[in-house]
Amino acid sequence: MKEIRIHARAGQGAITTATLLGFGYFNEGKFAYAFPNFGAARMGAPMNAFVRVDSDPVRLRSQIYEPDYVIIVDPTLLRGFNCFSGLKEDGVAIINGKDDIELPKLKAKQKIFVVPANEIALKNIGRPLGNTALIGAFAAATGELKLDNLITVVKERFSGKAQDGNIAAVKEGFDYVKNKLKG
Amino acid sequence: MKEFVEGSHAIAQIIKACQPGVISAYPITPQTHIVEDLAQMVSNGELGSQFVNVESEHSAASVVLGGSATGVRVYTATSSQGLFYMQEVVFNIAGMRLPVVMTCANRAVSAPINIWNDQQDSISLRDSGWIQIYAENNQEAVDFHLIAYRLAEDKRVMLPVMVCMDGFILTHGMETLDLPEQDKVDKFLPKYNPLYKLDPADPISMGLLADPDYYMETRFAIQETMKSSIDYLSEISGQFNAVFGRDYKDLLIEEYQTKDAEKVIVAMGSVCGTIKEVVDEQRSKGKKVGLLRIIAFRPFPYARIYEALKHVSKIAVLDKAVSLGAYAPIAVEMKAAFYGKKKAPQVISSFVAGLGGRDITLESVREIFRRLSAKEVNSDFIDLKPELLKEEYGK
Repeated sequence: MKEIRIHARAGQGAITTATLLGFGYFNEGKFAYAFPNFGAARMGAPMNAFVRVDSDPVRLRSQIYEPDYVIIVDPTLLRGFNCFSGLKEDGVAIINGKDDIELPKLKAKQKIFVVPANEIALKNIGRPLGNTALIGAFAAATGELKLDNLITVVKERFSGKAQDGNIAAVKEGFDYVKNKLKG
Repeated sequence: MKEFVEGSHAIAQIIKACQPGVISAYPITPQTHIVEDLAQMVSNGELGSQFVNVESEHSAASVVLGGSATGVRVYTATSSQGLFYMQEVVFNIAGMRLPVVMTCANRAVSAPINIWNDQQDSISLRDSGWIQIYAENNQEAVDFHLIAYRLAEDKRVMLPVMVCMDGFILTHGMETLDLPEQDKVDKFLPKYNPLYKLDPADPISMGLLADPDYYMETRFAIQETMKSSIDYLSEISGQFNAVFGRDYKDLLIEEYQTKDAEKVIVAMGSVCGTIKEVVDEQRSKGKKVGLLRIIAFRPFPYARIYEALKHVSKIAVLDKAVSLGAYAPIAVEMKAAFYGKKKAPQVISSFVAGLGGRDITLESVREIFRRLSAKEVNSDFIDLKPELLKEEYGK
């Protein structure tokens, strides 16, 4: 079983991120359970979305406290929340942000990838919604999902201009992390 | 066909396949996605139902009551305060023996306002004459709606059915589901053919005054039907399995590792998935533990539960609701199921967890097994925050 915890603010598309990842796993024949947990029921309030995935149908219904992977959609949440709480010893975190953001000290095997997902989105989609760039980065950083699969997912989810832009964003997010790994 | 789909969206799909003549609902979190989807389907022309927009849940319930009385299949969905606002009509629907099907997206009740999940809303309406079945996962939630219509419209039953699914955990949870195909739905669920209906060409009256000479028999009749519905649930479950290949056994309870168990948790709804994980974990350490999941809360399957648990020495009842000032709702039933019987557990302890969306974790379930000892406890709250209880008042 793998567990992904997404940190965002309501309205930033965390549920879409969880949904797209869930579809990705579904396409690979795995069983995903993607679900949100809202804080205060209003735009901008901190919230989480989760994906729990396994080779069998998922029965566990609690929130995720010891994630394998963390995706932080809004880096301002790093102030005031411990977004890395419970992250596994060899866990991976993907942060939507710029290189100059302050990062906590991690354990030896944990990895953080800071990805300028909003910039990538702005360039490709015209709006600062970094979710598709982040799932591309997630795929590259974790090896959990194939890039082609995510492109299929985006094609099913979006149409027209939004589709083209989001496919480009997934690719750019993916390549950004691949290049970091090479470097 | 297998799909990766949100619970609410799947419910809308299955209701569409059931082709209700009238749908009426008022949006309330976490039920909203279901009725939004249905409204969209009607607006797109995919679904021929009459969708009646109303200004409140009281009206929504009244519209489906009226729709059902005219002899068509109807549907509504609600949660929490919405269900309470319907309450007067909810009792009327059962009293008039109308086969309404409703989804309750389970949510805590006010005050304080809380949009998150527990089961206080539907449990508080346990005495209304509605059959209540609780889903563990979204596949069940989908399938139970089909079963609900079959059961409600069965001439031997003619009672409304509430399908209860945990708010957010199921309604907003996406899972891989097998959504029933239309031809199979049609095979399983025949067109609704009412015994009586409101028809200007052949006028009758419904829901009239019943004075002391008549009223009691109406309640007796529902009570008797509820008792027989225990068997009808099992029968219809078998027919469902024959068409769809999913076996819900008797549709009253699920026994999970109870055969040789010494400690068993009794619970209802989605939390049972989490409990199964803990049961497997404890079993792997050689501990004889199990889960008895209640599917039908009304009618309550006393005899079936007695047979399933009479050999178990310790039972922990997990309620996601309270009856303030009394034993917790499921706990009361469990104690009643064994009172005066030859064989009975030594301990039936009662635990309250998950109120207002307080997360029930693996550790919460382990804690219940730990607290289940020779000393019986009642309404023992799990995962309380002591720091929030320290406040001193009146100073």
